[in-house]
Amino acid sequence: MNRPVSAWRATLLSLVLLGAFLGAWELALQGAGQGGGPAVDPEYAALVGQAAATGGQTPMPKPSEIGARLFQLLSDPFYIRGPNDQGIGIQVAYSLGRVLLGFGIAALIAIPLGFVIGMSPLLNAALNPFIQVLRPVSPLAWMPLALFTIQDSSISAVFVIFICSIWPMLLNTAFGVSAVRREWLNVARTLEAGTWRTAFRVILPAAAPTILTGMRISIGIAWLVIVAAEMLVGGTGIGYWVWNQWNNLSIADICIAILLIGLVGLALDRLLGLLARAVAWHE
Amino acid sequence: MSKPYVSVEGISRKFPGLTVFDNVWFGVNRGEFVCLVGHSGCGKTTILNILAGLDAPSEGVVLADGREIAGPSLERAVIFQGHALMPWLTAEQNVAFALGCKHKDWDSGRLRDAARRALEKVGLGAAMGKKPSELSGGMKQRVGIARAFAIDPKMMLMDEPFSALDALTRGSLQEEVSRLVTESGQTAFMITHDVDEAILLADRILLMTNGPMARVAEVVINTLPKPRVRATLHHQPGYHELRDHIMDFLITRSRTLAGTAPGDYDPRNPPEVRPAG
Ligand SMILES: Nc1ncnc2c1ncn2[C@@H]1O[C@H](COP(=O)(O)OP(=O)(O)OP(=O)(O)O)[C@@H](O)[C@H]1O
Ligand SMILES: [Mg+2]
Repeated sequence: MNRPVSAWRATLLSLVLLGAFLGAWELALQGAGQGGGPAVDPEYAALVGQAAATGGQTPMPKPSEIGARLFQLLSDPFYIRGPNDQGIGIQVAYSLGRVLLGFGIAALIAIPLGFVIGMSPLLNAALNPFIQVLRPVSPLAWMPLALFTIQDSSISAVFVIFICSIWPMLLNTAFGVSAVRREWLNVARTLEAGTWRTAFRVILPAAAPTILTGMRISIGIAWLVIVAAEMLVGGTGIGYWVWNQWNNLSIADICIAILLIGLVGLALDRLLGLLARAVAWHE
Repeated sequence: MSKPYVSVEGISRKFPGLTVFDNVWFGVNRGEFVCLVGHSGCGKTTILNILAGLDAPSEGVVLADGREIAGPSLERAVIFQGHALMPWLTAEQNVAFALGCKHKDWDSGRLRDAARRALEKVGLGAAMGKKPSELSGGMKQRVGIARAFAIDPKMMLMDEPFSALDALTRGSLQEEVSRLVTESGQTAFMITHDVDEAILLADRILLMTNGPMARVAEVVINTLPKPRVRATLHHQPGYHELRDHIMDFLITRSRTLAGTAPGDYDPRNPPEVRPAG
């Protein structure tokens, strides 16, 4: 079943599938551009706004048009022409900045706190009910509370990222620390290693792979949530940009944003994957 | 002989609903090699953990150098049954970690050099940069041995250190430990299931009855001359008597003697026997 596949054959197949998909898309829209549009559902019209409803032209772009638009956007991604007209690179940078800030603060709190929880069965049992109740709450549910207390939309978005990325890191760190092998702790004890040396030289490296798994889950969730959060708070960021293009009915731009969001998410995951490889150990 | 280095005075260990062993007395003299033999579950690991300071007796005390053992100490090194190496560190770093715990003022270069010397002593000069996952079972245990000897403890505690190894590897490691212990005049306490291992290494062999309520039934004095070599051990006069005595104990008397002790049994001075004459 699990025969190793050669990399170039898999790549070739990927390219063929992509080509077929884009080709079919292109062909399906060929000739559909002209003529009267389909009957417009009034509810749909209300949702998409005036342009689509009255324009009557199909808003769905062909891959070639999207490609041309992508080239146009990426040829000058970092321009700033006023607060409401900034390059797509700037928007992605805003989103990344919020994610890294929220995620970073969450890591700074979750990892030491998880460490303490993992070391103390009492604290673990005492805090567990809170964690279990708060963890399943959608991060966006915190948004109104954040807006109300913080009174700043941009910081509220960072807070939402913080709150959604803290749980996986907290739980994984606590679990990784509590699962450190008794025998390694006994080695440290017989060597009179002391609390700090044991924490940093034994427990931390032993739990590092589990902690990194938590961080990887967290950054994935954070990147999922930032798009929705920015759609709500507006202003800047790739989520806001998507919403904005939706109001302008630039479907091509939305397709490009989806592609970019996917690629950035992939890059973030790979980055933490590399870090996880660096701290991995094998029996 | 002066006072023993370690003196076990009337210890017992109780878990809820279970007294593993009760009123156990024995001593280990400086430079002496003592083996503890007994069936699974009689509390051997528990006794070793108490000597190491990782566990505490429910009653009684253990003195080391005249002071009560209150916790683990660098003076008593432990060679664990499952090597207990840290898999994220190389062989050299594992030994250097132990050295760094003992010599807090040494810089990394000095720790590295000392770790290398310790590994060379156990024949691992070529494997210093390898992680435990890249070492064979015997090599891992050698690193564990090097780590314990590197910190130059006053006593070596070993919990069935070779039981997971094949017969050939076990043999060479027994000789390695025998050599290291003799060279440094080390005081050693070792748990084993292997009768030949006990005869090869030990000056005295403590025989424990089966648990619960296990006790040291008798103390076998190993009078076979030293140095003992594995290859010729079984040709030495007295070897078979010694071996048969211990085997008889393990097969039948550990069971028949279990439970209440005979009337003339003095827990402070269990009978000493010299089967080899
Ligand atoms: N934490 C504990 N709680 C309850 N019972 C325990 C605990 N630790 C050990 N025991 C019991 O104490 C007894 C002795 O255990 P110990 O590990 O010392 O045996 P042992 O002689 O080393 O056996 P083996 O030869 O199999 O290693 C066993 O019956 C075990 O079930
Ligand atoms: Mg044991």
